[in-house]
Amino acid sequence: MGEVLRIALAVAAKDLRVEFRSRTALTSAVVFAALVLVVFSFARDPGRLSAEELAPSVLWITFAFGAVVTLNRAFYVEREQAAFDGLLLAPVSRGAVYLGKLGANLAFVGVVELVAFPLFVLFFDVAVGGAWPGLLAVALLATIGFVAVGTLFSAMVVRTRFAELMLPVLLLPFMVPPLIGAVQVTSRLLVGRPLSEMLGWLRLLAVYDLVFVTLCTLSFAVVAEE
Amino acid sequence: MPSAEPTGLSARGLERVFGRRRALAGVDLALQAGEAVAVFGPNGAGKTTLLRVLAGLMRPTAGEVWMHGRRVSPSDPESRRPIGFLSHHAMLYGDLTARENLMFAARLYGLADPGGTAVAALAQLDLADRVDDTVRTMSRGLVQRVALARALLHGPSVLLLDEPFTGLDTASADRLSDLLRARREAGSAMVLVTHHLAEAWDLVTRVAVLFRGRWVLEETRAGTADAFRPKYRELIRG
Repeated sequence: MGEVLRIALAVAAKDLRVEFRSRTALTSAVVFAALVLVVFSFARDPGRLSAEELAPSVLWITFAFGAVVTLNRAFYVEREQAAFDGLLLAPVSRGAVYLGKLGANLAFVGVVELVAFPLFVLFFDVAVGGAWPGLLAVALLATIGFVAVGTLFSAMVVRTRFAELMLPVLLLPFMVPPLIGAVQVTSRLLVGRPLSEMLGWLRLLAVYDLVFVTLCTLSFAVVAEE
Repeated sequence: MPSAEPTGLSARGLERVFGRRRALAGVDLALQAGEAVAVFGPNGAGKTTLLRVLAGLMRPTAGEVWMHGRRVSPSDPESRRPIGFLSHHAMLYGDLTARENLMFAARLYGLADPGGTAVAALAQLDLADRVDDTVRTMSRGLVQRVALARALLHGPSVLLLDEPFTGLDTASADRLSDLLRARREAGSAMVLVTHHLAEAWDLVTRVAVLFRGRWVLEETRAGTADAFRPKYRELIRG
């Protein structure tokens, strides 16, 4: 387990360093997320639809599409100069490589969410108050779920001709369960309902994470092969 | 059986099919430690496919590859440890420096002192003054040298090299020849795929010609590259 963690950290650190230098994925995802929020903010008619009714959906649509933009770039860095072959040649388990890529992608999507959330609060004038811990928990649980699947699919489609089209087509159906759970929890949190009302949804998100992180780690060896 | 070979590389009955095209059609290969084979052949003969199958990057449709008595398999990470592979592509990250690329590789191989190992490997290829250059800013020849340093970084005992002299100037090509010769004499087995007969000739102990996915020649090196050239042309005429 220590060896898997060591390799995963090395892979994640490498991805973060590459992204820090190029800033291709993060810049485009953050700009995209901000744009979505601005458009939704100006499209809403405050007299007909309250912010509390619309805000949870908008927040998670923003996070989800920001994640798709980020994930689309996840394996491009490996395709350039066939760097992925170097990873596959190394005497390390494919699962460790996947976990490293997952870790880096979670960090990227996390940054997009961290930047988008204050904009969301600003544009929708939402009172977050004491809902912070709950929002943080649901963001973490839901994001792990769809990024886990997205990381696997990103590796799967990167060698195809229409990778940027294929990823959303494959990923969006798998995003539906965590997004439904996340919207349900977020809408309750924003109107100040007690956390005990949402435990069922949170459990569902945790189970989804457990199942898909495990399945994707095991499947990555097959997906990685040419 | 291939597994009986305690050292070096052995492959038996390698086939690889892409759709209706048979890129490899029953290739056998056995190399002991310290042996080196130069693989010649025209474009599309299956040379690169052979190297990728030997390296475990591509699963053969039939046949198997063994290194030091261990079958090369995607599910057995340690079976890939003896391999040093140089492909057509540099297998480097353009946004990282040469040092960072090799340090990352050193970490994957679990080498002690990744920083020191990376710099030493780059110095071997006369890149000591370019260690902090970003790969994207380097010329084709420099990138090839960094890629070679990466392939040799972990002291592999089986070298699989696809056109290693591409893009190198004369001095760098000579340096690489010396380095590879020293590796072979120290016991590394080597498969060297190239179109350049003259550069590879003195480095190897055997020569082989791959044509339409099959060996049409596999023999101990004898004579000179110039003497071999007409024979090669005759073999690939089909």
